[in-house]
Amino acid sequence: MSIFLDETTKVVYQGLTGSTGRYYGNLNKEYGTQVVAGTHPKKAGTDVDGTPIYASVAEAKEATGCNASCVFVPPVAVKGAVMEAAEAGMELVVVITEGVPMHDEAWFYNKLKADFPDTRLLGPNCPGIISPGKANIGITAGHIAKAGGPVGVVSRSGTLTYQAVYELKEKDIGVTTSVGIGGDPVPGTNFIDCLAAFEADPATEAIMMIGEIGGSAEEEAAEFIKANVTKPVVSYVAGVTAPPGKKMGHAGAIVSGGKGTAKAKMEALEDAGVKVGLNPTEAGDLMAGIVATL
Amino acid sequence: MDLFEYQGKEFFAQYGMPVSPGEIAFSVDEAVAAAERLGTPVMVKAQVHTGGRGKAGGVKFAADVDAVREHASNILGLDIKGHIVQRVWIEKASDIAEEYYASFTLDRSAKLHLGMLSKEGGVDIETVAEENPDAIAKIWVNPVDGLSEEMLRDWIAAAGLPEAAVEGSVDILGKLYTAYTEGDADMVEINPLILTPEGKVHVLDSKVTLDGNSEFRHPDYEQYDETQTRDEREEAAHAKGLQYVGLEGSVGVIANGAGLAMSTVDVVNQVGGKPANFLDIGGGANADVMAGALEVINNDPNVKSIFINIFGGITRGEEVANGIIEAMQRVDIDSPIVIRLDGTNAQEGRDLLAPHLGDALMMETTMLSAAEKAVALAAG
Repeated sequence: MSIFLDETTKVVYQGLTGSTGRYYGNLNKEYGTQVVAGTHPKKAGTDVDGTPIYASVAEAKEATGCNASCVFVPPVAVKGAVMEAAEAGMELVVVITEGVPMHDEAWFYNKLKADFPDTRLLGPNCPGIISPGKANIGITAGHIAKAGGPVGVVSRSGTLTYQAVYELKEKDIGVTTSVGIGGDPVPGTNFIDCLAAFEADPATEAIMMIGEIGGSAEEEAAEFIKANVTKPVVSYVAGVTAPPGKKMGHAGAIVSGGKGTAKAKMEALEDAGVKVGLNPTEAGDLMAGIVATL
Repeated sequence: MDLFEYQGKEFFAQYGMPVSPGEIAFSVDEAVAAAERLGTPVMVKAQVHTGGRGKAGGVKFAADVDAVREHASNILGLDIKGHIVQRVWIEKASDIAEEYYASFTLDRSAKLHLGMLSKEGGVDIETVAEENPDAIAKIWVNPVDGLSEEMLRDWIAAAGLPEAAVEGSVDILGKLYTAYTEGDADMVEINPLILTPEGKVHVLDSKVTLDGNSEFRHPDYEQYDETQTRDEREEAAHAKGLQYVGLEGSVGVIANGAGLAMSTVDVVNQVGGKPANFLDIGGGANADVMAGALEVINNDPNVKSIFINIFGGITRGEEVANGIIEAMQRVDIDSPIVIRLDGTNAQEGRDLLAPHLGDALMMETTMLSAAEKAVALAAG
């Protein structure tokens, strides 16, 4: 089993005709993902390396039965693209694009929550989601993850997600699904959504959660784990040595006034029974120890 | 992007909020001339991207032009928490009856906009929040629904503002919310929002952070870019479009993705080294970006070794390798480079680098071993 994405998911790419969308759309297709369509308002009837282009997500759905979308359009067009996908009834919308304004994110997050509760938004500014051996949506290099489980991975950081699944593969440990929730201020899917889904997924027997400084998502996840998660959780929080008040790249990664520090997050997680590694390698070792006892 | 007070007031004025007339001055003579044009009394206010100006002596009342001269000469050049004052805002002085606090920002937990209003303004709001949290009236606004006048009135009543301030506050706070949303601000704050003895509500200070991601619909925000506070290294990196934060150590760090870059800084610390910087070359980094990153690091005199930590998702291994090779041809890199390359097309990248390996460029297979190597090289 896996969460949110499997081999039956049919995906339309909004932005497949652009160079980045085309590159990753093709890689996802090679991986085995059902890449069934792309959209472009003026290029309907053409194709991108064999994948047909439709004028809209609704038309793509009509023709192909797609139920998920991957968004590669520029920041200015993301709000429109997300709403188009939701209105067409997509169950999963994965937004890879970075640089989306906060007010757009806050708006479409709340709009979806109110009017399209059956649409799961992932991102923006996320690497996507991979259910190894089944399907891959986004920019994760497929070969770095071993298929089959028993570990579910959820992370705020793209490259640390890759790092984590790669460390697990090196130890011959498989992954059910790896979800990159992204580091933006208003992520469509958060840690708690993924923890709940992994808890309910019979194939997932342990969870790797990778956080970073800033905000309070890790602290909230810790509370959720304490109350609701019975499976073992290993965590790593990036930015242990980041100086306060410095903004480090992500909109998400900023420490201010002693809040959102890696230390506070690690303590909250340990208090919830989570095993916390000081670096990605240590977290991988901790997970290997747990998997050995399953 | 953080705005200076005067820029924030100009921003507020665009949305119809009442601010005092004033002029910006870069020298004592300019300050005096501004005061003569405005007419005394005026306030002389240091413009810096940090709080606590008043306590540091950066905000002074000047009854006449001589006082303006004295205060401006004291304030220009003043060090406020490491920020040297280079400009002062000369503003027509206001009579104050009461001081309030008002702000909007994103509540990341609730994923809603959060407005805060207090009749205990003019002081550090974090102190009020700690000592007397009930004095702050909070309102959560769903961005889809917006802020109605009814909500505004309930909020103002909850904050306990006096009758005389209600109508003026309804007007200003409604406009503040519009400025926050339509102006794509991450944060807007007025402290103090004042009630004058004549019963007018007025904006006396501003703190505004704009969302740099929104520049595509606010091309005029480019003007604020040049007034951001950056050290020399940060300025050079910014000019190349790199995400860079200067630190104090000797190991230059280049990584792709903010998470991995932070993690690299962590690991360098954990193996006993001190990172010189945080540098995220981002998702789609190509040869040009890598070359630019190496140039920025190389220009930092504290750097004794360079640790390049790349895990390829969007960034492909051969692009990284080509970038390093090209940069080494373009600039004389003074410090040895340790690289760790994994992910998309890592093998292609490693194959490209293989003929260039030596004392100047080394390759390690894990993040930890590469960090250890770079730290050892930095120690000499």
